[in-house]
Amino acid sequence: MFLIPDSVGRFFHRMASPPHFYAFTEKLLPWLTGIFLILLACGLYGGLYLAPPDYQQGDSYRIIYIHVPSAWMSLFIYMMMAVAGAIGLIWRIKLAEIVAISSASVGASFTFIALVTGSLWGKPMWGTWWVWDARLTSELILLFLYLGVIGLYNAIDDKRTASKAVAILALVGVVNIPIIHYSVEWWNTLHQGPTVTKMDKPSIHVSMLVPLLLMALAFKFYYVIAMLQRAKLELLQRERTANWVKKLIEEQK
Amino acid sequence: MNLQEFFAMGGYAFYVWTSYGICFVVLLANIVLPILQRKQFLRQLALKQKRQNP
Repeated sequence: MFLIPDSVGRFFHRMASPPHFYAFTEKLLPWLTGIFLILLACGLYGGLYLAPPDYQQGDSYRIIYIHVPSAWMSLFIYMMMAVAGAIGLIWRIKLAEIVAISSASVGASFTFIALVTGSLWGKPMWGTWWVWDARLTSELILLFLYLGVIGLYNAIDDKRTASKAVAILALVGVVNIPIIHYSVEWWNTLHQGPTVTKMDKPSIHVSMLVPLLLMALAFKFYYVIAMLQRAKLELLQRERTANWVKKLIEEQK
Repeated sequence: MNLQEFFAMGGYAFYVWTSYGICFVVLLANIVLPILQRKQFLRQLALKQKRQNP
């Protein structure tokens, strides 16, 4: 802990207090939403209008601007959920538990979007909606993991116990993450290999790459916004008898 | 490029716009639903509080 500067430590300490967290998110959300909308507008304009059609795939490749960022987010959010779950499990921090479960529904949504848009891209390009290859199947398992986490959490009434169970499930499921990432290299699949994250040089033109990165960044902001909205609800439900919630309701009248 | 060409997406309009449409609906729902649920929850709590100490 001595590696972390004092001010950062104090910030996280304060954020672990529910009323502080709630008030802070209220202030933060308009800013996050503003930045998200600007990034989204730039990304969509660049991707749908400025970028040229692909020389092989024509305009169908434009699905990439939501498909790839969604797939990246599905993995990123899973890791966030597992890490938050582990923090909640080890230090019993309520806010970490709430961040973990609030991430699950957003992650499941991105996984769903990645699968559906992939299917809609596969039909005109591969000639099929779905194949049981390594990349597609492991991504489908990721969706089931997310749904399992959400289902397990809702099945247990005591939310602290539920959070423990969910964190363990999420941590076990982490094994699927490298499988998804390397599936296109380990197995022969219909899915194309990585074009952006290649170590030497991305094999995608800069006019296509910039909107893709803008969309990826926009989706990161979206995740924080959606996760915080869900977290606020979750926090109120858990803390319904706390004094700060009572005060909040009185102030609203 | 005119507007008609833009929406035609080189013949892939169905696939491209369905993808973007589904993405938009799912992402919007993830923001709107928690907000609506929170407002409803706060209303219920306020009612309960009023009943307990009128």
